[in-house]
Amino acid sequence: MQRTVLLAITLALAAVAGSALAAPVNYKTPDEVAAFKPGPNLEVVQGNCSACHSSDYIATQPPMKDKKGFWQAEVTKMIKVYGAPIDDADVGKIVDYLAATY
Amino acid sequence: MFDRRDLLKGAGLAAVAATLNSTKALALDTVTLPFANGERPLVKYPQKRPMIGLTSRPPQLETPFAVFNDGPITPNNAFFVRYHLADLPYDLDPDKFTLEVKGKVDKPLKLSLKDIRKMKATELVAVNQCSGNSRGFFEPRVAGGQLANGAMGCARWRGVPLKSVLAMAGVQSGAKQVTFGGMDGPVSDKTPDFVKALDLDHATDGEVMLAYGMNGEDLPFLNGFPLRLIVPGYFGTYWVKHLNEITVIDNVYDGFWMKSAYRIPDTPNNAVEPGTAPKATIPINRFTIRSFITSVPDGAKLKAGATTLRGIAFDGGKGIKEVQVSTDGGKTWTRAKLGKDLGKYAFREWKLPVKLAAGSHELKVRATGNGGETQPDTPRWNPAGYLRNVVETVRVTVA
Repeated sequence: MQRTVLLAITLALAAVAGSALAAPVNYKTPDEVAAFKPGPNLEVVQGNCSACHSSDYIATQPPMKDKKGFWQAEVTKMIKVYGAPIDDADVGKIVDYLAATY
Repeated sequence: MFDRRDLLKGAGLAAVAATLNSTKALALDTVTLPFANGERPLVKYPQKRPMIGLTSRPPQLETPFAVFNDGPITPNNAFFVRYHLADLPYDLDPDKFTLEVKGKVDKPLKLSLKDIRKMKATELVAVNQCSGNSRGFFEPRVAGGQLANGAMGCARWRGVPLKSVLAMAGVQSGAKQVTFGGMDGPVSDKTPDFVKALDLDHATDGEVMLAYGMNGEDLPFLNGFPLRLIVPGYFGTYWVKHLNEITVIDNVYDGFWMKSAYRIPDTPNNAVEPGTAPKATIPINRFTIRSFITSVPDGAKLKAGATTLRGIAFDGGKGIKEVQVSTDGGKTWTRAKLGKDLGKYAFREWKLPVKLAAGSHELKVRATGNGGETQPDTPRWNPAGYLRNVVETVRVTVA
């Protein structure tokens, strides 16, 4: 029953599709609520990592046995592969924060 | 704000999840995917129902798995969202949108959306699946987007064959590949822009398509409005969104997103010993064959007696030949009845009436494709967490 109704709606929409172009988009994403957890060198992490992505990229990574090795590899990837402009002096601080906090 | 239907859906999801051992909802606005560190918010974006939020900038949304039991077509408002780079064209004006076709062509083109919509349209039902779908189940775990099984969906795409557009431009002799770029880009100009490539014969196979329509509507913004590439049978990494740049080249494209990222081991089954690195890699390409039980979630409690199991299966484009189901942990298998054939690239529904006696049962499902390809009993592993297609198991308690 429900599927029949859905099908009818789909067909109705199909009938009007293609008739006119959509209005200009002004797409609004919800406010970014995810935040970095408190930890050592938090401000260095916020200043560097947040430039390109939200903190949930970090928070959702799996729990690894070798936390330091894992996060060192991730920070290196951000610099070498994605061109993150992170000062050499900050790299160790960021890795320490990530290994201690996530 | 959630509308009534969204609330019902959310409440339904919470109710389903509450009956599970491994997936439990902590609140209406949170789900826990069945792997370590799997807690996720349920988030509401414009044009979308509440979705499992992976990341917010760029937005990445996973489809709640219960949606796949509603039918073989995934609704636009439930379709998964995956981006790499955070500079999205949030303010794009479809009337000013231009698709550029350039490179080794006789006649470079600049096509408006109107131009493209005036061309002879074609439709195709096809699954799109993220390369990293199910990555969270990899053991040992690997870095990347930690997804359960909801980064896939099947839609009816409407648009024009890429072949027709390339024919209008006139591909020059010596052309080898075609590259595709979208309007989304990196925040930093040091980050490689997202560009993908297909071999010329693949690009001109008549099936690869530029789509503006999805299930009878315009593409949702987060699924690539106003135009995206459809590469039937291939992983989503090739399905470039907000597509505005097509370039014909006379070499093999060596940009980061082809040469370094989205690579799979160049071994039989594209797998390596868990925890090891492959010696050689190739670009990821077609889907591996998969099947799922959608009518019963893992950990469900069922009444003893007759029940009908339902689910979906799909593969990289040969089409599904048969689906078999086991209710005894894989000791014996019974052939399921296949649903309507929506095409070789679509989700294929299946169902099977079974009788379940009291006790614990391991339900398993295994698909076989028209090419003979089937699913392994134990997971294959690769360092990027791609291609998962192990036979899925749903554990239920019957009383």
